[in-house]
Amino acid sequence: MLDDTDRRIMHATQAGLPLTLEPYQTLAEQLGLSADEVMSRLSAMQAGGIIRRIGAVPNHYQLGYRFNGMTVWDVPDERIDELGFQVGQLAFVSHCYHRPRHLPEWPYNLFAMVHGKDRRDVDEQVQQIADVLGDCDRGHEVLYSTKILKKTGFRSR
Amino acid sequence: MDDIDRKIINILQTGFPICDSPYRQLAAELHIGETELLDRLKKLLDNGTLTRFGPLYNAERLGGALTLAAVKAPAECFDDIAGIINSFPEVAHNYARNHELNIWFVIATETPGQVEQTIQAIARQTGLSVYNMPKIKEYFVNLVFKA
Repeated sequence: MLDDTDRRIMHATQAGLPLTLEPYQTLAEQLGLSADEVMSRLSAMQAGGIIRRIGAVPNHYQLGYRFNGMTVWDVPDERIDELGFQVGQLAFVSHCYHRPRHLPEWPYNLFAMVHGKDRRDVDEQVQQIADVLGDCDRGHEVLYSTKILKKTGFRSR
Repeated sequence: MDDIDRKIINILQTGFPICDSPYRQLAAELHIGETELLDRLKKLLDNGTLTRFGPLYNAERLGGALTLAAVKAPAECFDDIAGIINSFPEVAHNYARNHELNIWFVIATETPGQVEQTIQAIARQTGLSVYNMPKIKEYFVNLVFKA
């Protein structure tokens, strides 16, 4: 797993990379390491899946994706893996998960996130998911996000 | 935001090189200078078009844990409830949604036990029931928004 040096690199970068032309060199100077060591450790963490990727996260509202729907579906438990996989294959689905119900008020166990620049895009996407689920769609809702209250990503204390 | 900004956003969502001069390589693809690329990136972060730029750590691979949770916040104290939830560093994302369960947030912690502690603390401080919906299985995750 991670050693202390990896953790120091993680703490120094979890809010972001330094905005300099040579960010790994800047980090190395902050941490008292060589740039080569910083780069090789980041590469190793990325190869090991500890870093999913290095890159940018947009505010999708500002890119015009104003309709962000969390679609939630009540599907039979015994079919959910097969159906979840099929829904996840739809190009417009960004995340797809099996989550627990909270009966009686929350009967939904399949969650699929969809995004559109207008409401009709999302309605069509919801219909396509319904088509995939067929009779296994025992009820669904679309919860639109109305506001981003926070978006910082994972930070360790 | 112009076409170059859009290209920058699209390229930077797919990855950023680990090398001595990472901007030089990307700038060449965009036919701009590396200083211009960095300046544009700073502007996109400053004006909120980009919310983050850097390594995205996978909490679960760090031995940590993630969950999705929701509460029913009464309209008259919605902002206060949202403020309490946002004050927890363990809350990574938080969205208002049009449902009786109207605040939905992701908790990411370094250890699995901290998820439960955070949920209990949020329940205590808000006085609300917290509906915990940890993933049982992940079928797909690929979040890239074309600018």
